[in-house]
Amino acid sequence: MQEVRRVISAIVMNESSVLARVSGLFAGRGYNIESLTVAPIPNSDLSRITIVTKGNQRIIEQITKQLNKLISTLKVIEHEEMVEKEMVLIKFPASEHLSDIQALCHAYNGGIVNAGENIIIAMAADESKRIEHFIEASQRYNPLEIVRGGIVAIER
Amino acid sequence: MKMSGAQMVCEALIAEGVTTVFGYPGGAIMNVYDAIYKQNGFEHILNRHEQAAVHAADGYARATGKVGVAMVTSGPGFTNAITGLATAYMDSIPMVVISGQVPLSLIGTDGFQEVDAVGISRSCTKHNYLVGSIEDLPRIIKEAFYIANSGRPGPVLVDIPKDITAEYGVFNYPAEVNIPTYRPVSKGNDRQIKKAVDAILESKKPLLYVGGGVVLGNASDLVREFAKLTQIPAVETLMARGVMGSDNPLLLGMIGMHGNYASNMAMSETDLIISLGARFDDRVTGKLSEFAKYAQIIHIDIDPANIGKIVDVDYPIVGDVNDVLQKMTSQLVGTVNPDRYQAWREILARYDELHPLSYNDSDEVIKPQWAIQRIGEMLGKKAIITSDVGQHQMWAAQFYPFDRPRQWINSGGLGTMGFGFPAALGAKRGVPEKTVVNITGDGSILMNMQELITAAEYNIPVINVILNNNFLGMVRQWQTFFYDKRYSATDLSFQPNFKALAEACGGIGYDVATKKEFDEAINDAIKQNKVCFVNVAVHRFENVLPMVPAGGALYNMLLEHKDQ
Repeated sequence: MQEVRRVISAIVMNESSVLARVSGLFAGRGYNIESLTVAPIPNSDLSRITIVTKGNQRIIEQITKQLNKLISTLKVIEHEEMVEKEMVLIKFPASEHLSDIQALCHAYNGGIVNAGENIIIAMAADESKRIEHFIEASQRYNPLEIVRGGIVAIER
Repeated sequence: MKMSGAQMVCEALIAEGVTTVFGYPGGAIMNVYDAIYKQNGFEHILNRHEQAAVHAADGYARATGKVGVAMVTSGPGFTNAITGLATAYMDSIPMVVISGQVPLSLIGTDGFQEVDAVGISRSCTKHNYLVGSIEDLPRIIKEAFYIANSGRPGPVLVDIPKDITAEYGVFNYPAEVNIPTYRPVSKGNDRQIKKAVDAILESKKPLLYVGGGVVLGNASDLVREFAKLTQIPAVETLMARGVMGSDNPLLLGMIGMHGNYASNMAMSETDLIISLGARFDDRVTGKLSEFAKYAQIIHIDIDPANIGKIVDVDYPIVGDVNDVLQKMTSQLVGTVNPDRYQAWREILARYDELHPLSYNDSDEVIKPQWAIQRIGEMLGKKAIITSDVGQHQMWAAQFYPFDRPRQWINSGGLGTMGFGFPAALGAKRGVPEKTVVNITGDGSILMNMQELITAAEYNIPVINVILNNNFLGMVRQWQTFFYDKRYSATDLSFQPNFKALAEACGGIGYDVATKKEFDEAINDAIKQNKVCFVNVAVHRFENVLPMVPAGGALYNMLLEHKDQ
């Protein structure tokens, strides 16, 4: 069976052990996690865990079923029609051209978020594929550090 | 009403109708044990090892259908309980285990007897709780019982820090649970059920594949009724022995690695599997690419995650097997023609004639299969049979005439040696009117033999029949077949004196080498009504057959019995 990439959101109780339950499930059953993002859902006692995973159709189906089976899980969404965004922060030496970096960031839905004596920090928020392009393009400005944020997704 | 957390635990257990708790005290759970001392709503059985306490609660649950309860202390008490939890989890047994934990202020400091109980047990419990405040305690216990015994059952752990059992609070035991994130499905989808019924009507070679879910769901009568109406033949998994009844003409036998020829051939040739509370375990399917190649599959299961996990399913039905079977049966009344499957039943009958389940009996040495058949003749329906894990377990599953669900208690999923004896204690406590026989081996029995003391102290008369071949028999069998007879670490010729061992602990011991002695020992054991070891010298090299070699196709069975 063919491997596919899937973005899955699990709506779970916002309690201390819930992330361990989810990540433990993936580790224990040998499922793959490409990225995982978790944050509370405003005005509720719930959290949203957004997971990017890869696997064949049987594995993906098992992942959603096993996630659903956790007592702390309210709902699992296997995204199809979605808007997905990932954030990245990149640190450049201040010796690079600020305006060039700024122009690049603009192309990827970002900008300069901090400029100091020695460093420039840029950010971008876009689809994962485009974030990868952004990181590639940034190489010519000698990045010092790159921090990727993991996916968040919302169904259209 | 204000009371301590420890009292709340007792009051909650009483409110849940618990009459027996199996356990072992220690520092972090002492407050609860103090409260147990002062109450008389339930009895506490002091097993001599936490693993045994949990297995006993498990055996109690399997025999009665009620939630089993065990209690242990923190740290090593809890880690000893893990095997018991994992055993119950694999076989979906409803159980609540209460463990003590170091005080909240000490958690995370590597305190004395501290271990991360919820972390360790996450993957072998249906759910677990670390109680964070006394206000949550009654609700959590209520939820634990509900979760354990609803949907697909399973063990639930409640880990309670010591300061919470000492603290005082108001005890309001909730009448109902409200867990918005947990809503087990019970009703099957009507459209899917209709499609499945049509598939049954169109099939020529349907087969009922009956699993342990039927036992857990108390749906045995419905399954028998369904089979009777449709005249569709049935195979049982290891966990379902007793569902159809041994004298049921539609029962072909047990399926799987040590299933009988007709059952495995039926599975290989059927055109429609009707799976009832079974999960296509690897010990059932054999080589997957060769499994049931001609079959469409109706998969009825209360756990959606079981469906499509191993095999692709044509008619998935999530729901309680009772609900689904009732609906299917009512749609099949008047529409199904049992004659349609006559030719199929005849084929299977011929398979059974060709290679019936058999063994070569001997007058010189007791054959283990004979011993099991003999117990069946002597006790039949009057007994509950537990077992440990290995050859004796398979022979018991093959040769004992099981006639009702919950008569056969064994660790099928995890395959836990040392399960049988403590589970037998729990079963006997739960169903005292039955004779409880633990069929075990000389390897397994030593893994929880300390329970002799428990059985003697509480006068729980369990008959342990040790089929003693001086080997770790099942591993030895694999070594014979697949490792060129290199008997690495399986020779158990260095043995305790089992008779003396039983007697040293206040039980009775019998050494048996002939059929006559066997009959005398079993009859005496029944009469004496005390815990006993019946140490039976059996043929050393007897093999469990048929056997599907691991990874082989179900239809490729080793069949011949050659005495070695």
